[in-house]
Amino acid sequence: MVKRIVVGAHYGLRDWLAQRVTAVIMAVYLFFFAIALVTQPALDYASWKALFASQWMRLATLLFLLALNYHAWIGVRDIFMDYIQPTGIRLTAQIVVILALLACSIWSAQILWSA
Amino acid sequence: MTVKKRPKHLDLPKIRLPMPGFVSILHRISGAGMFLFLPVLLYLLQLSLGSPESFEDFRAIVAHPLSKLVLLGLLWALLHHLCAGIRFLALDLHLGIGLKQARHSSAAVLVVSLALTLILGVKLW
Ligand code: HEM
Repeated sequence: MVKRIVVGAHYGLRDWLAQRVTAVIMAVYLFFFAIALVTQPALDYASWKALFASQWMRLATLLFLLALNYHAWIGVRDIFMDYIQPTGIRLTAQIVVILALLACSIWSAQILWSA
Repeated sequence: MTVKKRPKHLDLPKIRLPMPGFVSILHRISGAGMFLFLPVLLYLLQLSLGSPESFEDFRAIVAHPLSKLVLLGLLWALLHHLCAGIRFLALDLHLGIGLKQARHSSAAVLVVSLALTLILGVKLW
């Protein structure tokens, strides 16, 4: 019989790959974001706001933030699986993190589109 | 199936990490740190984009020496995590997996991320 161990989520190749894909998305976004920042003539409210006014910038930033939340979820779950041994406590902590990151994802979209 | 008992040696103060191990644990610590500060950073983004008034609030907050220190720490965390992350991705592609290259690249990660933090930190301060 296979001994099944409760870990709170499927883990393995799919998540491993997702963590790498989200990492690349973030790195690419940050590269272009850094260029956009240093080519700004001034960093006042008007130019900062103008930078986030286009639909492209909003979508790219949302994609970045969604990738970040997904990436952080996989990463934090890996850390919990390493250090929190009692299953009940680990599952509870993981659920708290999922809910917090889900809230952050929704909040990200709200920030970008109400600006 | 019986679960194998594995040997454990987790006497933390006794563990002397080699350079790549050091970069690796800092990658974990920096990732966890950024995760913990995510709500704060989102709140700052919200203030900065909200209105001219909230933009001023944002500037007042980030002008405080204590926030500058925390933000500098987070900037280092991001840069270290980014550099070490790119190194891990290269290792996944079997680039630079020789012991010597791995030592060199881990030293490079430490130096480059600290140098970038210093440069950007001085510019932003
Ligand atoms: C900026 C671009 C980023 C890149 C290139 C990147 C890259 C990576 C990679 C490749 C891993 C997997 C390491 C492994 O499996 O050993 C990883 C793990 C992780 N990342 Fe990121 N990351 C980035 C941003 C972030 C951000 C912004 C956060 C936090 C909100 C974060 C949090 C984490 C955590 C908590 C882990 C798990 C660490 C561990 O298991 O030791 N990362 N990152």
